[in-house]
Amino acid sequence: MSVVVEFSHVTKRYPLYHHIGSGIKELIFNPRRALTLLSGRSYLAIEDISFKIKKGESVALIGRNGAGKSTSLGLVAGVMRPTSGQVHVKGRVASMLELGGGFHPELTGRENIRLNATLLGLRRRELKERIDKIIEFSELGEFIDEPIRVYSSGMLAKLGFSVITQVDPDILIIDEVLAVGDISFQRKCMKTINEFKSKGVTILFVSHNLADIEKVCDRVIWIENHRLKESGDSASVIASYKQAMA
Amino acid sequence: MKHSLGYLIDLLTVITEKELKVRYKSSFFGYLWSIANPLMFAMIYFFIFKLVLRVQIPNYTIFIITGLFPWQWFASSTSNSLFSFLANAQIIKKTVFPRSVIPLSNVMMECLHFLCTIPVIIIFLFVYDMRPSWDWIWGVPLIGVGQIILMLGVALTLSTLNLFFRDLERFITLGIMLMFYCTPILYASDMIPSQYNWITDYNPLASMILSWRDLFMHNSINLPKIFELYGYGIISILVGSLIFNKLKYRFAEIL
Repeated sequence: MSVVVEFSHVTKRYPLYHHIGSGIKELIFNPRRALTLLSGRSYLAIEDISFKIKKGESVALIGRNGAGKSTSLGLVAGVMRPTSGQVHVKGRVASMLELGGGFHPELTGRENIRLNATLLGLRRRELKERIDKIIEFSELGEFIDEPIRVYSSGMLAKLGFSVITQVDPDILIIDEVLAVGDISFQRKCMKTINEFKSKGVTILFVSHNLADIEKVCDRVIWIENHRLKESGDSASVIASYKQAMA
Repeated sequence: MKHSLGYLIDLLTVITEKELKVRYKSSFFGYLWSIANPLMFAMIYFFIFKLVLRVQIPNYTIFIITGLFPWQWFASSTSNSLFSFLANAQIIKKTVFPRSVIPLSNVMMECLHFLCTIPVIIIFLFVYDMRPSWDWIWGVPLIGVGQIILMLGVALTLSTLNLFFRDLERFITLGIMLMFYCTPILYASDMIPSQYNWITDYNPLASMILSWRDLFMHNSINLPKIFELYGYGIISILVGSLIFNKLKYRFAEIL
């Protein structure tokens, strides 16, 4: 099996941009201070992380809040670049948007589907064929033509997930989105994720629900304090993770 | 990641549609608004400059609107572009797509507004017993594309820099007002005392407005001015894409 995601000694630092929040005024009236702050402090998000993910694998990232999971996903998705080290990603990445993120509150569910599906790479004519399936999956019924500011958080999650069901990525990123939504919808989502798996789609999964992880993922990568702590098959890593958290 | 041209066009249409829908709930009022705003300004300027200050320019109404309508396109898309990335923070943080589509959709949306104002210009031409000509059919796209290139460069620059300097807006609002009076919109460029000619001679927006006005008022394609417009446009798009490409991988960090 070929490797589709490879991190080698990846480190990511963010400059602390809020120093330049004061903007141009600061730059003009106090240039030395503004520039030293700009080059100065930074925040370490992940440090020296290396791992490989093969095609068709489903891998979960676990760790405390702020450990560096989202940064790692951002690097896989290609929205940012590492400070040092290398990230290789082969194929199309689709990430499921956070609750409500990427949706515009004033637009209707249907319009948001169009926007989102296009951002995820669907062409207009593909969308035309699939939009009915998306709406059917979402179980939103008449609400689909209402502006989504009237939606509940469960309905937003349904909308978000239903768009994903009809795109065809090589790598799918699911970031803590299954938590809302009722049980029957969660079951439907699990079914869809398993269908993606059987199609050979590589899945990267972030969740704090260890039971979900055990159901979906073959392998778990545990990030602790911005570094890779442990990586291996789900059962054993989750066991030691539980022990550490206890 | 490479994207096909067809996909880019789909993306541009969807994002532009979204911006339009968010801005206007009803398409009819959207159209009215796109002409009401510049028309209102045209009325004010007409009153002040023609009736009060008695400027000696024939057909002053048409003179003003042929300058003001393209100006409106420039001014709105420039000030909107400042917030184009900020307003789309969520999708930039989560999905990978060519980000430059967002400022471009800003420019294109205001371009649609501008196209909506052309019928108003035609009506005024008839009122003043003048006629449009067939030359408009290739003149409008020729100058329009020039303006799109020029403004896309500006939009890319400003939308990127505004992420890093969030007080840029104040400077740009001032700058737009300054440029408004430095561009021959309310006056003709030959009215300027000769020692101040440089103000319009080296002003990209002057080339832009004069190209439009010669087309709409005199039915003539002013090739030297259009050539200047494209020259400035190429410089602007080069600077814009340089800044944008240098900083685009930091967008997700800073938003």
